[in-house]
Amino acid sequence: MDKEGKVVINREWCKGCGICVAFCPEEALILDPEEKAYWAHPEKCKRCGLCELRCPDIAIELVQK
Amino acid sequence: MPVKDYLRLRFLPHIWCPGCGHGIVMSGMIRAIEEIGLEKNEVVVVSGIGCSSRMAGYLDFHTMHTLHGRALAFATGVKLGRPDLTVIVPMGDGDALAIGGNHFIHAARRDIDLTAVIMNNRIYGMTGGQGSPMTPQGMRSTTAPRGIADAAFDLVELAKGAGASFVARTTTFHATELTRMIEKAIRHKGFSVVEVMSQCPTYYGRQNRLGNGVEMMKGFRDNTTSIGSKKREARPDLIERGIFVDEDRPVYSPEGLKAD
Amino acid sequence: MTSERPNMRFIQGNEAIAEGALYAGLQFYAGYPITPSTEIAEILSRRLPEMGGTFIQMEDEIASLCTIIGASLTGLKVMTATSGPGFSLMQEAIGYAVMAEVPSVIVNVQRGGPSTGLPTAVAQGDVNQARWGTHGDHAIVTLTASNLQDVFLMTVAGFNMAEAFRTPVILLFDEVVAHMREKVVVPGPGEIEIFERLRTSVPEGTNYHPYLRREDGRLPMSDFGGVHRYNVTGLVHDMWGFPSTDSTIAYDLLHHLVDKLENRADSIARYKEYFTDDARVLLISYGSSARSALQMVVDRRKKGGKLGLLELQSLWPFPAETVREKCEGRTHILVVEMNMGQICHEVKKVVSRPERVFLANRFDGIFISPGDILRVLNMVQGKGV
Ligand SMILES: Cc1ncc(C[n+]2csc(CCOP(=O)(O)OP(=O)(O)O)c2C)c(N)n1
Ligand code: SF4
Ligand code: SF4
Ligand code: SF4
Repeated sequence: MDKEGKVVINREWCKGCGICVAFCPEEALILDPEEKAYWAHPEKCKRCGLCELRCPDIAIELVQK
Repeated sequence: MPVKDYLRLRFLPHIWCPGCGHGIVMSGMIRAIEEIGLEKNEVVVVSGIGCSSRMAGYLDFHTMHTLHGRALAFATGVKLGRPDLTVIVPMGDGDALAIGGNHFIHAARRDIDLTAVIMNNRIYGMTGGQGSPMTPQGMRSTTAPRGIADAAFDLVELAKGAGASFVARTTTFHATELTRMIEKAIRHKGFSVVEVMSQCPTYYGRQNRLGNGVEMMKGFRDNTTSIGSKKREARPDLIERGIFVDEDRPVYSPEGLKAD
Repeated sequence: MTSERPNMRFIQGNEAIAEGALYAGLQFYAGYPITPSTEIAEILSRRLPEMGGTFIQMEDEIASLCTIIGASLTGLKVMTATSGPGFSLMQEAIGYAVMAEVPSVIVNVQRGGPSTGLPTAVAQGDVNQARWGTHGDHAIVTLTASNLQDVFLMTVAGFNMAEAFRTPVILLFDEVVAHMREKVVVPGPGEIEIFERLRTSVPEGTNYHPYLRREDGRLPMSDFGGVHRYNVTGLVHDMWGFPSTDSTIAYDLLHHLVDKLENRADSIARYKEYFTDDARVLLISYGSSARSALQMVVDRRKKGGKLGLLELQSLWPFPAETVREKCEGRTHILVVEMNMGQICHEVKKVVSRPERVFLANRFDGIFISPGDILRVLNMVQGKGV
């Protein structure tokens, strides 16, 4: 996996459903106090892109560098 | 292209509730189209009425948001008018199988080259949680406070029996599989049915204490298995996912069958 | 015979409809069989593919209308045909074609109703259904005719109006007209003007607004599969075709849908006059009823009676101006129709002396005769029965 990629969250579209957080295999995401997804642990992230695939709001994207 | 590039951005964020599965299906459908490499102008999306049917408006293709249950009939006209275009029909389970049941079986019988992606959330989302033909017996809806008496359809069996030449089932949890199946369905020449088990946390989840979107997706993970999996020996209640029918047949045209 | 033109044909009413549609450029037909309209489908299932068009028999009338609407959006001229029960099933989709402004032609060969009614008998009971069958405020074009040459011409006119106004057009014929045989002269190509679809000139890459009206109120279209991608919906929508609940947009859209036809009622109006100049008694009729009305007028004229006939060929938008004007100064106005007074009611609404308007009708499946009309006239003129 390309460790260079970045997980970008569109806070305007994120509805805080927690799907990306719950199913991230590396626990790299959290819901922040405003109930928006937050890429809290980039160091754990494997850049698998599953969060992007499962987000119902097209609000999270794995951007390749 | 990123998924966003296939959306009409000025109409987003979309209207679906937090955790609703329909957005995952939309995302999977876009990835499938991208994978095939279709141009935006080659794709027509025709939907009926329901939460799921709102999808058409968000997509930057030729889009038609029609009448409850009738999308396959409108799509038939589009396809016969322009056989070179790829016509995809996102549907709700009520839309496809209750009010639209007749059009569904006849589209399957003709085996017309359309792709029906049925978002089966086992409920009428748009009208606030009434039972659908896919609500399992005993489950609650706003019109069945003691549990639904009517038996549900088995969508895969129905599509097979009616004559669809491509029939598959997956869920919103299995996002990679979802994209792959929609891709195969679109590539398939003939009537393709993809049942996507999708979640309506707002009505189906809440009324039946199935939890939020996350919990409902865990349910899809834990209560389904691939076709032919050994797991069903121990747990016959597991719902099978996979491609049930994938047959090459002559392409339908109302003037008579033509070789592909 | 030298006076006979080579393209003069002796055909059935339903065939005149099919031929008119083909002359107007019909490319796509979807339908479901129902008496007394079935011959239209049978004829087109043969004729249309011969001419490069598409014919499909659908699973019901709902599907039939939805299918032609879909085909119309790909740029084709489309039609479906049915009778009462099927027309009832089509109402929701008629509303869709109104709202989404999709050119489409719907033939209703009327038979006795309500329900399955009198399947093989004549009636004109669907006049108000054609006007108000679909829910919500709207306007609609409805044309009719009493002889087969006019059936042909009105069918062509219907296709032209569907394109000119981006609207569904209802061709409201009846069992007698559909099943009788008469001579029809099929005009040569170019003899009648055919309206082609108004397509946008907006080039690729420039924003095209499918529901942004030009100054003349018309909305140029772009075919599905073309260079412009847009949304079509039955919901109230903005200029992009995207759903909106904005009250200003809703107000404006509804006004547009109604005004584009009602404000042009005069130019849409189609009618014929017989002996109206000096007529003291004016008959108003349409469809096959107008045949008996004309016969009755001709018979009475021979005996010196000053009768005339106004035959309506467009029923909706109701040609109110024409009717009001033609009724001025008559002693009696007799509306002749095969229903319980659906057009009579409209006539009464628009004339200056509604008390002079009377109804001569039948609704029992028997074709109204000149004698039936005369009996009513004698009664209203105080001559006894
Ligand atoms: C003719 C007609 N009947 C009823 C309705 C009301 N209605 C709108 S959507 C819907 C059901 C939606 O359920 P489903 O198709 O399963 O889609 P979902 O909203 O769950 O995605 C109903 C009954 C309608 N719009 N039109
Ligand atoms: S890319 Fe994979 S590991 Fe990284 S946050 Fe997303 S789901 Fe977690
Ligand atoms: S899945 Fe999407 S909408 Fe849900 S919390 Fe994550 S980013 Fe937000
Ligand atoms: S009501 Fe249900 S189906 Fe509709 S958007 Fe909300 S969660 Fe989705």
